[in-house]
Amino acid sequence: MDKPFRRRDLLGIRNLSAAEIIGILDTAENFREVNTREIKKVPTLRGKTIINLFFEASTRTRTSFELAAKRLSADAVNISVSSSALTKGETLIDTALNLDAMSPDCIVVRHSSAGVPHQLAKVSKAAIVNAGDGANEHPTQALLDAMTIREHKGKIENLQVAIVGDILHSRVARSNIHLLTKLGASVRVAGPKTLVPNDFQFIVEKDLHVAANVEEAIDGADVVMILRIQRERQDSAYFPTLREYAIHYGLTQERLDLAKSDAIVLHPGPMNRGIEIASDVADSSRSLILDQVKYGVAVRMAVLYLTTGGNPSSE
Amino acid sequence: MADELNLVEKSKIMDNARMKRALSRLASEIVEENQGAKDLYLVGIRRRGVPIAERIAKKIEELEGVQPLFGIIDITLYRDDLSTVGANPIVNRTELDEDISDKIVVLIDDVLYTGRTIRAALDQLMDFGRPQKVQLAVLIDRGREHRELPIQADYIGKTVPTKKAEIIKVMLKEYDDEEAVWIYERPSE
Repeated sequence: MDKPFRRRDLLGIRNLSAAEIIGILDTAENFREVNTREIKKVPTLRGKTIINLFFEASTRTRTSFELAAKRLSADAVNISVSSSALTKGETLIDTALNLDAMSPDCIVVRHSSAGVPHQLAKVSKAAIVNAGDGANEHPTQALLDAMTIREHKGKIENLQVAIVGDILHSRVARSNIHLLTKLGASVRVAGPKTLVPNDFQFIVEKDLHVAANVEEAIDGADVVMILRIQRERQDSAYFPTLREYAIHYGLTQERLDLAKSDAIVLHPGPMNRGIEIASDVADSSRSLILDQVKYGVAVRMAVLYLTTGGNPSSE
Repeated sequence: MADELNLVEKSKIMDNARMKRALSRLASEIVEENQGAKDLYLVGIRRRGVPIAERIAKKIEELEGVQPLFGIIDITLYRDDLSTVGANPIVNRTELDEDISDKIVVLIDDVLYTGRTIRAALDQLMDFGRPQKVQLAVLIDRGREHRELPIQADYIGKTVPTKKAEIIKVMLKEYDDEEAVWIYERPSE
Protein backbone atom coordinates (compact mmCIF):
# COMPACT_ATOMS: atom_id res chain seq x y z
CA MET A 1 0.00 0.00 0.00
CA ASP A 2 1.41 3.37 -0.92
CA LYS A 3 1.05 6.08 1.69
CA PRO A 4 -1.61 4.65 3.99
CA PHE A 5 -3.17 6.84 6.66
CA ARG A 6 -0.43 8.08 9.01
CA ARG A 7 -1.86 11.12 10.74
CA ARG A 8 -2.33 12.03 14.35
CA ASP A 9 -5.77 13.56 13.73
CA LEU A 10 -8.75 12.87 11.51
CA LEU A 11 -10.20 16.32 10.91
CA GLY A 12 -11.91 15.81 7.59
CA ILE A 13 -11.91 13.97 4.30
CA ARG A 14 -10.95 17.00 2.21
CA ASN A 15 -7.24 16.81 2.97
CA LEU A 16 -6.89 13.06 2.62
CA SER A 17 -5.51 11.32 -0.45
CA ALA A 18 -7.39 8.48 -2.12
CA ALA A 19 -4.73 6.07 -0.80
CA GLU A 20 -5.26 7.27 2.77
CA ILE A 21 -9.02 6.83 2.46
CA ILE A 22 -8.61 3.32 1.05
CA GLY A 23 -6.16 2.55 3.85
CA ILE A 24 -8.77 3.47 6.47
CA LEU A 25 -11.50 1.50 4.66
CA ASP A 26 -9.30 -1.61 4.36
CA THR A 27 -8.44 -1.41 8.06
CA ALA A 28 -12.14 -1.04 8.91
CA GLU A 29 -12.95 -4.11 6.79
CA ASN A 30 -10.65 -6.13 8.99
CA PHE A 31 -12.17 -4.75 12.19
CA ARG A 32 -15.61 -6.00 11.17
CA GLU A 33 -14.68 -9.52 12.22
CA VAL A 34 -14.05 -8.39 15.81
CA ASN A 35 -17.68 -7.18 16.01
CA THR A 36 -18.94 -10.65 15.09
CA ARG A 37 -17.02 -12.45 17.86
CA GLU A 38 -18.64 -13.70 21.00
CA ILE A 39 -16.14 -11.68 23.00
CA LYS A 40 -16.23 -8.41 21.08
CA LYS A 41 -13.09 -6.98 22.56
CA VAL A 42 -9.42 -6.84 21.68
CA PRO A 43 -6.65 -5.45 23.92
CA THR A 44 -5.26 -3.10 21.28
CA LEU A 45 -5.83 0.26 23.01
CA ARG A 46 -5.50 -0.95 26.59
CA GLY A 47 -4.47 1.92 28.84
CA LYS A 48 -5.48 4.62 26.35
CA THR A 49 -8.04 7.23 27.32
CA ILE A 50 -10.54 8.55 24.82
CA ILE A 51 -12.81 11.51 25.56
CA ASN A 52 -16.02 11.88 23.58
CA LEU A 53 -16.62 15.62 23.74
CA PHE A 54 -20.05 16.32 22.29
CA PHE A 55 -21.29 19.90 22.16
CA GLU A 56 -24.25 18.77 20.08
CA ALA A 57 -26.85 16.12 20.77
CA SER A 58 -26.06 12.73 19.30
CA THR A 59 -27.09 9.21 20.12
CA ARG A 60 -25.89 7.15 17.21
CA THR A 61 -22.48 8.69 16.62
CA ARG A 62 -21.61 8.99 20.29
CA THR A 63 -22.66 5.43 21.06
CA SER A 64 -20.80 4.19 18.01
CA PHE A 65 -17.57 5.94 19.08
CA GLU A 66 -18.00 4.75 22.65
CA LEU A 67 -18.49 1.13 21.58
CA ALA A 68 -15.54 1.37 19.21
CA ALA A 69 -13.31 2.63 22.02
CA LYS A 70 -14.53 -0.03 24.45
CA ARG A 71 -14.13 -2.87 21.97
CA LEU A 72 -10.52 -1.79 21.59
CA SER A 73 -10.15 -1.83 25.41
CA ALA A 74 -9.65 1.94 25.68
CA ASP A 75 -11.24 3.83 28.55
CA ALA A 76 -13.93 6.11 27.17
CA VAL A 77 -15.33 9.15 28.92
CA ASN A 78 -18.36 10.96 27.55
CA ILE A 79 -18.85 14.66 28.02
CA SER A 80 -22.01 16.26 26.69
CA VAL A 81 -22.72 19.95 26.54
CA SER A 82 -25.38 19.94 29.23
CA SER A 83 -22.89 18.80 31.82
CA SER A 84 -19.92 20.79 30.58
CA ALA A 85 -18.30 23.88 31.97
CA LEU A 86 -19.06 25.77 28.78
CA THR A 87 -22.51 26.46 30.09
CA LYS A 88 -20.70 28.06 33.02
CA GLY A 89 -18.83 30.43 30.72
CA GLU A 90 -15.55 28.64 30.05
CA THR A 91 -14.11 29.13 26.57
CA LEU A 92 -13.64 26.24 24.22
CA ILE A 93 -9.86 26.49 24.33
CA ASP A 94 -9.85 26.52 28.13
CA THR A 95 -12.02 23.43 28.17
CA ALA A 96 -9.60 21.76 25.77
CA LEU A 97 -6.55 22.73 27.83
CA ASN A 98 -8.18 21.44 30.99
CA LEU A 99 -9.01 18.14 29.37
CA ASP A 100 -5.51 17.99 27.96
CA ALA A 101 -4.07 18.38 31.44
CA MET A 102 -5.62 15.00 32.25
CA SER A 103 -3.58 13.45 29.41
CA PRO A 104 -6.18 11.81 27.23
CA ASP A 105 -4.81 10.03 24.16
CA CYS A 106 -7.66 11.02 21.90
CA ILE A 107 -10.51 13.52 21.89
CA VAL A 108 -13.50 12.82 19.67
CA VAL A 109 -15.29 16.11 19.17
CA ARG A 110 -18.62 17.24 17.78
CA HIS A 111 -19.55 20.92 17.68
CA SER A 112 -22.11 23.07 15.91
CA SER A 113 -19.38 25.39 14.62
CA ALA A 114 -17.16 24.48 11.71
CA GLY A 115 -13.45 24.34 12.52
CA VAL A 116 -13.67 23.50 16.22
CA PRO A 117 -11.77 20.18 15.84
CA HIS A 118 -9.06 22.00 13.88
CA GLN A 119 -8.71 24.55 16.70
CA LEU A 120 -8.49 21.79 19.29
CA ALA A 121 -5.86 20.00 17.23
CA LYS A 122 -3.67 23.11 17.48
CA VAL A 123 -3.75 23.30 21.27
CA SER A 124 -4.15 19.67 22.32
CA LYS A 125 -1.51 16.98 22.60
CA ALA A 126 -4.19 14.33 22.11
CA ALA A 127 -5.24 12.96 18.74
CA ILE A 128 -8.37 14.79 17.57
CA VAL A 129 -11.13 13.02 15.67
CA ASN A 130 -13.88 15.10 14.10
CA ALA A 131 -17.31 13.64 14.84
CA GLY A 132 -19.07 16.46 13.00
CA ASP A 133 -18.29 20.19 12.95
CA GLY A 134 -21.09 22.51 11.91
CA ALA A 135 -21.81 22.33 8.20
CA ASN A 136 -18.19 21.45 7.46
CA GLU A 137 -17.37 17.74 7.72
CA HIS A 138 -18.37 14.45 9.30
CA PRO A 139 -15.54 12.22 8.10
CA THR A 140 -16.45 8.97 9.86
CA GLN A 141 -19.98 9.14 8.39
CA ALA A 142 -18.57 9.42 4.86
CA LEU A 143 -16.21 6.52 5.60
CA LEU A 144 -18.99 4.25 6.82
CA ASP A 145 -21.11 5.23 3.83
CA ALA A 146 -18.19 4.32 1.56
CA MET A 147 -17.78 1.02 3.36
CA THR A 148 -21.49 0.23 2.85
CA ILE A 149 -21.24 1.13 -0.84
CA ARG A 150 -18.08 -0.96 -1.30
CA GLU A 151 -19.69 -3.92 0.42
CA HIS A 152 -22.72 -3.87 -1.88
CA LYS A 153 -21.25 -2.58 -5.12
CA GLY A 154 -17.75 -3.99 -4.79
CA LYS A 155 -16.21 -0.63 -5.68
CA ILE A 156 -16.72 3.11 -5.66
CA GLU A 157 -14.99 4.06 -8.88
CA ASN A 158 -17.33 5.01 -11.75
CA LEU A 159 -20.48 4.76 -9.66
CA GLN A 160 -23.22 7.35 -10.06
CA VAL A 161 -24.18 8.71 -6.66
CA ALA A 162 -27.14 11.02 -6.03
CA ILE A 163 -27.23 13.06 -2.83
CA VAL A 164 -30.65 14.58 -2.13
CA GLY A 165 -31.77 17.05 0.49
CA ASP A 166 -30.35 19.93 2.50
CA ILE A 167 -26.98 20.06 0.77
CA LEU A 168 -26.22 23.56 2.02
CA HIS A 169 -26.16 22.74 5.72
CA SER A 170 -24.98 19.15 5.50
CA ARG A 171 -21.57 18.08 6.76
CA VAL A 172 -22.50 14.55 5.72
CA ALA A 173 -22.91 15.76 2.13
CA ARG A 174 -19.60 17.63 2.16
CA SER A 175 -17.57 14.73 3.52
CA ASN A 176 -19.27 12.34 1.13
CA ILE A 177 -18.73 14.58 -1.89
CA HIS A 178 -15.01 14.80 -1.07
CA LEU A 179 -14.64 11.09 -0.48
CA LEU A 180 -16.68 9.84 -3.42
CA THR A 181 -15.08 12.15 -5.98
CA LYS A 182 -11.58 11.32 -4.69
CA LEU A 183 -12.36 7.64 -5.20
CA GLY A 184 -13.64 8.23 -8.72
CA ALA A 185 -17.41 8.21 -8.34
CA SER A 186 -19.50 10.89 -10.03
CA VAL A 187 -21.77 12.76 -7.67
CA ARG A 188 -24.94 14.70 -8.42
CA VAL A 189 -26.77 16.73 -5.79
CA ALA A 190 -30.38 17.91 -5.71
CA GLY A 191 -32.82 19.55 -3.34
CA PRO A 192 -34.74 22.79 -2.89
CA LYS A 193 -32.93 25.66 -4.63
CA THR A 194 -32.63 27.43 -1.30
CA LEU A 195 -30.69 24.46 0.05
CA VAL A 196 -28.61 23.62 -3.04
CA PRO A 197 -26.57 26.60 -4.15
CA ASN A 198 -25.94 26.70 -7.90
CA ASP A 199 -22.28 27.38 -7.42
CA PHE A 200 -21.81 24.62 -4.84
CA GLN A 201 -19.31 22.79 -6.99
CA PHE A 202 -16.96 25.76 -6.92
CA ILE A 203 -16.94 25.66 -3.15
CA VAL A 204 -16.64 21.92 -2.68
CA GLU A 205 -15.46 19.82 -5.64
CA LYS A 206 -15.30 20.95 -9.22
CA ASP A 207 -16.52 17.61 -10.59
CA LEU A 208 -19.77 17.85 -8.65
CA HIS A 209 -22.93 18.04 -10.75
CA VAL A 210 -25.77 20.18 -9.42
CA ALA A 211 -28.92 18.60 -10.85
CA ALA A 212 -31.95 20.67 -11.86
CA ASN A 213 -34.28 18.50 -9.83
CA VAL A 214 -34.44 15.30 -7.80
CA GLU A 215 -35.53 13.19 -10.78
CA GLU A 216 -32.47 14.22 -12.78
CA ALA A 217 -30.17 13.42 -9.87
CA ILE A 218 -31.65 9.98 -9.27
CA ASP A 219 -31.94 8.98 -12.93
CA GLY A 220 -29.62 6.02 -13.52
CA ALA A 221 -27.96 6.30 -10.11
CA ASP A 222 -26.22 3.33 -8.44
CA VAL A 223 -26.51 4.89 -5.00
CA VAL A 224 -29.16 7.27 -3.66
CA MET A 225 -28.14 9.06 -0.50
CA ILE A 226 -30.92 10.88 1.30
CA LEU A 227 -30.09 13.60 3.81
CA ARG A 228 -32.07 14.31 6.91
CA ILE A 229 -34.24 17.39 6.67
CA GLN A 230 -33.82 19.45 9.79
CA ARG A 231 -37.27 20.49 10.86
CA GLU A 232 -36.03 23.79 12.24
CA ARG A 233 -35.09 24.87 8.70
CA GLN A 234 -38.76 25.24 7.91
CA ASP A 235 -38.94 28.16 10.33
CA SER A 236 -36.07 29.86 8.49
CA ALA A 237 -38.16 29.71 5.30
CA TYR A 238 -35.80 27.46 3.33
CA PHE A 239 -38.90 25.58 2.19
CA PRO A 240 -42.62 26.24 2.75
CA THR A 241 -43.84 23.14 4.60
CA LEU A 242 -42.65 19.65 5.41
CA ARG A 243 -45.56 18.29 3.38
CA GLU A 244 -44.45 20.23 0.35
CA TYR A 245 -40.88 19.03 0.89
CA ALA A 246 -42.10 15.42 0.97
CA ILE A 247 -44.03 15.87 -2.27
CA HIS A 248 -41.25 17.53 -4.26
CA TYR A 249 -38.08 16.04 -2.78
CA GLY A 250 -38.97 12.98 -0.72
CA LEU A 251 -37.65 9.61 -1.92
CA THR A 252 -40.72 7.64 -2.95
CA GLN A 253 -40.71 4.24 -4.62
CA GLU A 254 -41.72 5.98 -7.83
CA ARG A 255 -38.64 8.22 -7.74
CA LEU A 256 -36.40 5.33 -6.74
CA ASP A 257 -37.60 3.47 -9.86
CA LEU A 258 -35.67 6.06 -11.91
CA ALA A 259 -32.41 4.78 -10.45
CA LYS A 260 -30.67 1.58 -11.62
CA SER A 261 -32.65 -1.55 -10.79
CA ASP A 262 -30.01 -2.59 -8.23
CA ALA A 263 -29.55 0.87 -6.75
CA ILE A 264 -29.04 1.09 -2.99
CA VAL A 265 -30.46 3.70 -0.61
CA LEU A 266 -28.48 5.30 2.21
CA HIS A 267 -29.55 7.69 4.96
CA PRO A 268 -27.28 8.94 7.77
CA GLY A 269 -30.15 8.98 10.29
CA PRO A 270 -32.12 9.87 12.23
CA MET A 271 -34.71 9.71 9.47
CA ASN A 272 -38.02 11.48 9.19
CA ARG A 273 -40.28 8.83 7.75
CA GLY A 274 -42.76 10.18 5.26
CA ILE A 275 -40.78 13.39 4.74
CA GLU A 276 -37.37 12.92 3.09
CA ILE A 277 -37.89 9.17 2.69
CA ALA A 278 -41.12 7.19 2.28
CA SER A 279 -41.62 4.47 4.86
CA ASP A 280 -41.87 1.65 2.31
CA VAL A 281 -38.55 2.71 0.75
CA ALA A 282 -36.87 2.96 4.16
CA ASP A 283 -37.99 -0.57 5.03
CA SER A 284 -37.27 -2.13 1.64
CA SER A 285 -34.34 -4.43 0.94
CA ARG A 286 -32.73 -1.63 -1.10
CA SER A 287 -32.32 0.46 2.01
CA LEU A 288 -29.04 -0.19 3.85
CA ILE A 289 -29.59 2.18 6.73
CA LEU A 290 -28.90 -0.41 9.43
CA ASP A 291 -25.82 -1.69 7.59
CA GLN A 292 -24.50 1.85 7.74
CA VAL A 293 -24.91 1.88 11.50
CA LYS A 294 -23.27 -1.56 11.77
CA TYR A 295 -20.24 -0.57 9.71
CA GLY A 296 -19.99 2.66 11.71
CA VAL A 297 -18.52 0.82 14.68
CA ALA A 298 -15.86 -0.88 12.53
CA VAL A 299 -14.96 2.42 10.83
CA ARG A 300 -14.56 4.16 14.17
CA MET A 301 -12.47 1.31 15.55
CA ALA A 302 -10.20 1.68 12.54
CA VAL A 303 -9.97 5.46 12.97
CA LEU A 304 -9.22 5.21 16.70
CA TYR A 305 -6.64 2.51 16.02
CA LEU A 306 -4.93 4.50 13.29
CA THR A 307 -4.87 7.82 15.17
CA THR A 308 -4.39 6.61 18.73
CA GLY A 309 -2.98 3.10 18.45
CA GLY A 310 0.62 3.52 17.50
CA ASN A 311 2.94 6.38 17.96
CA PRO A 312 3.21 8.03 14.53
CA SER A 313 5.23 10.94 15.94
CA SER A 314 8.10 8.57 16.76
CA GLU A 315 8.61 7.75 13.10
CA MET B 1 13.13 -7.04 1.80
CA ALA B 2 16.77 -7.99 1.48
CA ASP B 3 17.42 -4.99 -0.73
CA GLU B 4 15.54 -2.51 1.41
CA LEU B 5 17.42 -3.37 4.58
CA ASN B 6 20.79 -3.78 2.90
CA LEU B 7 21.06 -7.32 4.15
CA VAL B 8 23.93 -9.59 3.27
CA GLU B 9 22.88 -12.97 1.94
CA LYS B 10 24.65 -15.66 3.95
CA SER B 11 23.30 -19.07 3.13
CA LYS B 12 20.37 -21.12 2.04
CA ILE B 13 19.52 -23.50 4.85
CA MET B 14 16.58 -25.23 3.19
CA ASP B 15 15.65 -25.69 -0.43
CA ASN B 16 12.31 -26.68 -1.86
CA ALA B 17 12.82 -30.45 -1.38
CA ARG B 18 14.06 -30.15 2.19
CA MET B 19 11.19 -27.87 3.09
CA LYS B 20 8.72 -30.37 1.69
CA ARG B 21 10.26 -33.19 3.71
CA ALA B 22 10.29 -31.11 6.89
CA LEU B 23 6.59 -30.25 6.47
CA SER B 24 5.70 -33.92 5.83
CA ARG B 25 7.50 -34.89 9.00
CA LEU B 26 5.70 -32.17 10.99
CA ALA B 27 2.37 -33.47 9.67
CA SER B 28 3.13 -37.05 10.70
CA GLU B 29 4.41 -35.99 14.10
CA ILE B 30 1.23 -34.01 14.71
CA VAL B 31 -1.07 -36.93 13.89
CA GLU B 32 1.13 -39.39 15.75
CA GLU B 33 1.17 -37.28 18.89
CA ASN B 34 -2.59 -36.68 18.75
CA GLN B 35 -3.52 -40.17 17.57
CA GLY B 36 -5.11 -39.08 14.34
CA ALA B 37 -6.80 -35.98 13.06
CA LYS B 38 -9.88 -36.11 15.26
CA ASP B 39 -10.52 -32.79 17.03
CA LEU B 40 -7.43 -31.36 15.33
CA TYR B 41 -7.67 -27.64 14.51
CA LEU B 42 -4.73 -26.14 12.62
CA VAL B 43 -4.34 -22.37 12.99
CA GLY B 44 -1.84 -20.51 10.81
CA ILE B 45 -0.42 -17.23 12.08
CA ARG B 46 -0.39 -14.47 9.49
CA ARG B 47 1.41 -14.02 7.24
CA ARG B 48 3.81 -16.82 6.52
CA GLY B 49 2.35 -19.27 9.02
CA VAL B 50 -0.75 -19.52 6.84
CA PRO B 51 0.66 -21.23 3.71
CA ILE B 52 2.75 -23.48 5.95
CA ALA B 53 -0.35 -24.51 7.89
CA GLU B 54 -2.19 -25.12 4.60
CA ARG B 55 0.53 -27.49 3.45
CA ILE B 56 0.60 -29.35 6.75
CA ALA B 57 -3.22 -29.65 6.60
CA LYS B 58 -2.98 -31.15 3.14
CA LYS B 59 -0.37 -33.67 4.27
CA ILE B 60 -2.52 -34.66 7.24
CA GLU B 61 -5.44 -35.21 4.91
CA GLU B 62 -3.26 -37.48 2.76
CA LEU B 63 -2.16 -39.43 5.81
CA GLU B 64 -5.46 -39.75 7.64
CA GLY B 65 -8.11 -39.31 4.97
CA VAL B 66 -9.78 -36.54 6.97
CA GLN B 67 -9.43 -32.82 6.69
CA PRO B 68 -8.40 -31.17 9.95
CA LEU B 69 -10.26 -27.96 10.89
CA PHE B 70 -8.43 -24.90 9.66
CA GLY B 71 -8.21 -21.29 10.76
CA ILE B 72 -6.12 -18.14 10.49
CA ILE B 73 -5.02 -15.75 13.21
CA ASP B 74 -3.81 -12.16 12.77
CA ILE B 75 -2.04 -11.03 15.92
CA THR B 76 -1.79 -7.29 15.18
CA LEU B 77 -4.49 -6.24 17.65
CA TYR B 78 -2.82 -8.29 20.40
CA ARG B 79 0.74 -7.03 19.95
CA ASP B 80 2.53 -5.80 23.05
CA ASP B 81 4.60 -3.21 21.21
CA LEU B 82 1.91 -1.12 19.50
CA SER B 83 2.85 2.08 21.28
CA THR B 84 6.52 1.71 20.41
CA VAL B 85 6.54 0.33 16.88
CA GLY B 86 5.85 3.73 15.37
CA ALA B 87 3.45 3.66 12.50
CA ASN B 88 0.54 1.33 13.01
CA PRO B 89 1.02 -2.09 11.52
CA ILE B 90 -1.66 -3.14 9.08
CA VAL B 91 -4.55 -5.05 10.62
CA ASN B 92 -5.64 -8.21 8.84
CA ARG B 93 -8.52 -10.53 9.48
CA THR B 94 -8.66 -13.42 11.90
CA GLU B 95 -10.69 -16.33 10.53
CA LEU B 96 -11.72 -18.89 13.13
CA ASP B 97 -15.06 -19.91 11.69
CA GLU B 98 -15.41 -23.16 13.63
CA ASP B 99 -15.58 -23.08 17.42
CA ILE B 100 -12.18 -23.87 18.95
CA SER B 101 -13.64 -25.07 22.26
CA ASP B 102 -12.55 -28.61 23.19
CA LYS B 103 -10.40 -28.88 20.07
CA ILE B 104 -6.70 -29.64 19.89
CA VAL B 105 -5.40 -26.42 18.40
CA VAL B 106 -2.02 -26.50 16.66
CA LEU B 107 -0.68 -23.00 16.16
CA ILE B 108 1.59 -22.86 13.14
CA ASP B 109 4.17 -20.22 12.25
CA ASP B 110 7.21 -20.01 10.03
CA VAL B 111 9.82 -18.94 12.58
CA LEU B 112 9.95 -19.09 16.39
CA TYR B 113 12.23 -16.35 17.76
CA THR B 114 11.35 -14.28 20.86
CA GLY B 115 8.04 -16.03 21.50
CA ARG B 116 6.09 -12.76 21.60
CA THR B 117 4.06 -13.52 18.49
CA ILE B 118 3.00 -16.81 20.02
CA ARG B 119 2.03 -15.07 23.27
CA ALA B 120 -0.22 -12.72 21.28
CA ALA B 121 -1.71 -15.63 19.34
CA LEU B 122 -2.41 -17.54 22.60
CA ASP B 123 -4.16 -14.53 24.14
CA GLN B 124 -6.32 -14.11 21.07
CA LEU B 125 -7.12 -17.82 20.97
CA MET B 126 -8.39 -17.71 24.55
CA ASP B 127 -10.81 -14.91 23.58
CA PHE B 128 -12.38 -17.33 21.12
CA GLY B 129 -12.96 -20.25 23.45
CA ARG B 130 -11.35 -22.93 25.60
CA PRO B 131 -9.42 -25.45 23.53
CA GLN B 132 -8.72 -28.87 24.96
CA LYS B 133 -5.01 -28.31 24.25
CA VAL B 134 -2.84 -25.87 22.34
CA GLN B 135 0.35 -27.00 20.64
CA LEU B 136 2.89 -25.12 18.57
CA ALA B 137 4.50 -26.15 15.28
CA VAL B 138 7.16 -24.06 13.52
CA LEU B 139 9.25 -24.59 10.43
CA ILE B 140 12.33 -22.93 11.94
CA ASP B 141 13.27 -22.55 15.60
CA ARG B 142 16.02 -19.97 16.08
CA GLY B 143 16.98 -21.41 19.44
CA ARG B 144 15.98 -21.01 23.07
CA GLU B 145 18.56 -18.36 23.86
CA HIS B 146 16.50 -15.78 21.93
CA ARG B 147 13.31 -16.45 23.82
CA GLU B 148 11.87 -13.57 25.83
CA LEU B 149 8.94 -15.60 27.16
CA PRO B 150 8.64 -19.18 28.43
CA ILE B 151 7.36 -20.55 25.11
CA GLN B 152 8.69 -23.61 23.25
CA ALA B 153 7.53 -25.42 20.14
CA ASP B 154 6.11 -28.95 20.19
CA TYR B 155 6.98 -29.64 16.55
CA ILE B 156 10.06 -28.18 14.87
CA GLY B 157 11.04 -28.42 11.20
CA LYS B 158 14.63 -27.44 11.85
CA THR B 159 16.47 -25.78 14.71
CA VAL B 160 18.86 -23.13 13.44
CA PRO B 161 21.10 -21.49 16.04
CA THR B 162 21.39 -17.86 14.99
CA LYS B 163 22.91 -14.59 16.07
CA LYS B 164 20.73 -11.57 16.83
CA ALA B 165 22.11 -9.73 13.80
CA GLU B 166 20.92 -12.52 11.57
CA ILE B 167 17.52 -12.70 9.96
CA ILE B 168 15.75 -15.86 8.87
CA LYS B 169 13.63 -15.48 5.80
CA VAL B 170 11.18 -18.21 4.86
CA MET B 171 10.40 -17.82 1.18
CA LEU B 172 7.09 -19.27 -0.01
CA LYS B 173 5.66 -19.32 -3.49
CA GLU B 174 2.56 -17.48 -2.25
CA TYR B 175 4.70 -14.39 -1.56
CA ASP B 176 8.10 -14.95 -3.18
CA ASP B 177 9.56 -16.46 -6.34
CA GLU B 178 11.08 -19.50 -4.66
CA GLU B 179 10.54 -22.01 -1.87
CA ALA B 180 13.49 -21.86 0.47
CA VAL B 181 14.80 -20.70 3.82
CA TRP B 182 17.64 -18.19 3.83
CA ILE B 183 19.82 -16.63 6.50
CA TYR B 184 20.67 -12.96 6.02
CA GLU B 185 22.83 -10.74 8.13
CA ARG B 186 22.53 -7.06 8.94
CA PRO B 187 25.82 -5.42 8.00
CA SER B 188 27.75 -4.20 11.05
CA GLU B 189 27.96 -0.42 11.38
